[in-house]
Amino acid sequence: MTMTTEQTPRPRSTGETPRRSLSSYIYQRETREIIFQVILVVAIVALFYMIISNATANLRARNIASGFGFLGNVAGFDISQSWISYSNVSTYGRAFMVGLWNTVILAAIGIFFTTILGFTVGIARLSSNWLIAKIATIYVEVVRNCPLLLQMFLWYFAVLKQLPEPLSRVDGVVKSTSYALPGGMLLNTRGLFTPKPEWLPGAEFILYALIVAIIGTVLMARWAKARQMATGQPFPVFLTGAAAIIGLPLLTYFIMGRPVQFEYPELGRFNLSGGFVMLPEFVAVLLGLVFYTASYIAEIVRAGIVGVSKGQKEAAMAIGLSKGQTLRLVVVPQAMRIIIPPLTSNYLNLTKNSSLGGAVGYPDMTQVAGTINNQTGQAIETILMLMGVYLTISLLTSAFMNWFNKRMALVER
Amino acid sequence: MKHLVKLGLAAALAVASASSAALAQAPKTLDAVKARGTLSCGVGTGLAGFGQPDDKGAWTGLDVEFCRALAAAIFNDPQKVSFKPLSAKERFTALQSGEIDVLARNSTWTISRDSSLGLAFVATNYYDGQGFMVKKSLGVKSAKELKGASVCVQTGTTTELNLADFFRTNKLEYKPVVFEKNDEVVAAYDAGRCDSMTTDASGLYAERLRMKNPDENIVLPEIISKEPLAPAVRQGDSQWFTIVRWVHFAMLNAEELGVTQKNVDEMLASTNPDIKRMLGKEGDFGKGIGLENDWVVRIIKAVGNYGESYERNVGSGSRLKIDRGLNKQWSQGGLQYAPPIR
Ligand SMILES: N[C@@H](CCC(=O)N[C@@H](CS)C(=O)NCC(=O)O)C(=O)O
Repeated sequence: MTMTTEQTPRPRSTGETPRRSLSSYIYQRETREIIFQVILVVAIVALFYMIISNATANLRARNIASGFGFLGNVAGFDISQSWISYSNVSTYGRAFMVGLWNTVILAAIGIFFTTILGFTVGIARLSSNWLIAKIATIYVEVVRNCPLLLQMFLWYFAVLKQLPEPLSRVDGVVKSTSYALPGGMLLNTRGLFTPKPEWLPGAEFILYALIVAIIGTVLMARWAKARQMATGQPFPVFLTGAAAIIGLPLLTYFIMGRPVQFEYPELGRFNLSGGFVMLPEFVAVLLGLVFYTASYIAEIVRAGIVGVSKGQKEAAMAIGLSKGQTLRLVVVPQAMRIIIPPLTSNYLNLTKNSSLGGAVGYPDMTQVAGTINNQTGQAIETILMLMGVYLTISLLTSAFMNWFNKRMALVER
Repeated sequence: MKHLVKLGLAAALAVASASSAALAQAPKTLDAVKARGTLSCGVGTGLAGFGQPDDKGAWTGLDVEFCRALAAAIFNDPQKVSFKPLSAKERFTALQSGEIDVLARNSTWTISRDSSLGLAFVATNYYDGQGFMVKKSLGVKSAKELKGASVCVQTGTTTELNLADFFRTNKLEYKPVVFEKNDEVVAAYDAGRCDSMTTDASGLYAERLRMKNPDENIVLPEIISKEPLAPAVRQGDSQWFTIVRWVHFAMLNAEELGVTQKNVDEMLASTNPDIKRMLGKEGDFGKGIGLENDWVVRIIKAVGNYGESYERNVGSGSRLKIDRGLNKQWSQGGLQYAPPIR
């Protein structure tokens, strides 16, 4: 907000103490800037006040209800997927929360997988293997240039059509027709059914074992680093840690006499019942978001790696690090500082794009809010709530990524 | 920064003047429509029999013809309508915001839509009820057997509320699969994602025609709700409300008095006083509601009477072949009953 065009009048050096009139204050740059700022703030506040009072007046004139009181009323509709308890006698407010959780969980899982896929493809694009590099390039070019909504439809309908119905009925004999997958999982048009763990007494020790293993691994990593600093001897932290984190809970499971049992999905009248179900709508939205966003992340990763100067890599090779070590210890940490800011905006995009899920029947927050809006007619309130939540999610994500970025920046020497 | 300030002040002024203008005069929809030269009519995105573009892009259907009748009454030209396809979720917002003048889109008349949504339903142009469609192969004979079934349904409808109520009162559990667009509901059901699909019975008959194999699907006998489908307008413009409502009544009265698209010209010479009043030969009834006195003649010439429009779009003359049922004239044992033009 510099005002380079205005000249600040200097006090004239007439020798006598300058007596300044009111008008001379007005001609001063600082004063004027303050005045303008105040006017601007007043104008903005007035603008918002008018928009709000205009909207309420118009709503009242048209007999459209307003206010947030409706959130306590009974919603009356059902939602296909919910992480918190909900039924059609719950309130609109509760329904909104169901949608909120569906969005948050979808986004979190999506971000996790898109990061893995994006990094893999980004590195693959730089591979010296011609075929791998080409496949990665084609993936990026195709996926990035097709609208996301279309891809979700493709995942949903194209894949759904290939799947078998849950059961067939020939001459009154009911037979399961789902695809059987390893681990007792079943796949059909109604989703992916997995066995659901049931925790019996004693199962809590498995959790304790897991916690102990994680803490142990962290301590071991510290010790290994200190030792390497001191003696130069490396220690296989990753393998040992993985063995502890998987092995210790598994061992406890057997020692405690297998306190976890699995409920397997069984054939019902129309469908499998029991077990844990991943709905096809969820899978379609997730796949759409992951593949689409990963194609952008791959490009960011590639740019980040290319952006690390060649000398760094050559130096790393020269001191005898393997190819993998060079990538992991030298290139990626430096590339991260180029990668993280655009990565953040892609995470935010993924979160916001999850609002397309409603098109293939996934009850995300936008979809549920749309239903609430339609049943209550309170468009302004529901949109405000949506905006508030998306804004909060976005700000939290950027805050976290900024913190992460600062941490990563220290790695660079 | 100066520019910003100016912009802010200008915007504030604009909003202020707009708001006072909006409040000062209640908007006259009829004048707005006449000034625009076309009627803006909200219809479905494509439901056979009610509102659907044909292969040449021309809209057809019972609700579409209702809008054409309204345009004919105003402009003496049934083509002066621009149709806005709206999903169930979008439709009421489009009407509230003034994007459309009238909503004729198989919408159920309910008290909440009549009150908190700020809408005014004019008259029921199709008495309907909600039903279920299932694959024949499931061997289901009644909706009460649908325990544990997955049901595809469209969001933003009375349908999804009735569905929840039905299963709750019958203490059955079920799995809803909810879509925004009707096309996705049909596609998902057809792809086997759901065991059943539910909507207004008329809608089920219409959508069945779109299935890969229509004959493999049956509509269950239960009708679980009352769905009086009615055109709607915004509240607060009673002149417009009256016009839209009387277009429906005019079509019903014409049927009752035997005035059809074919014989309307001869009927102009009729000595029956009811017909003379209806066709504008006697009295100033058209002028009374803000139109011309030959308004009914225009309507009947454009789309015919209610019975003709029904048979052509959803009845025996259509692919849907839905029985007149509740939509018969009151004198035939149905519910369609129009107040007299006098
Ligand atoms: N009558 C019900 C349901 C109306 C409705 O939207 N029905 C669906 C299924 S038959 C439909 O017409 N969809 C067409 C579309 O979305 O364009 C209501 O008013 O809520």
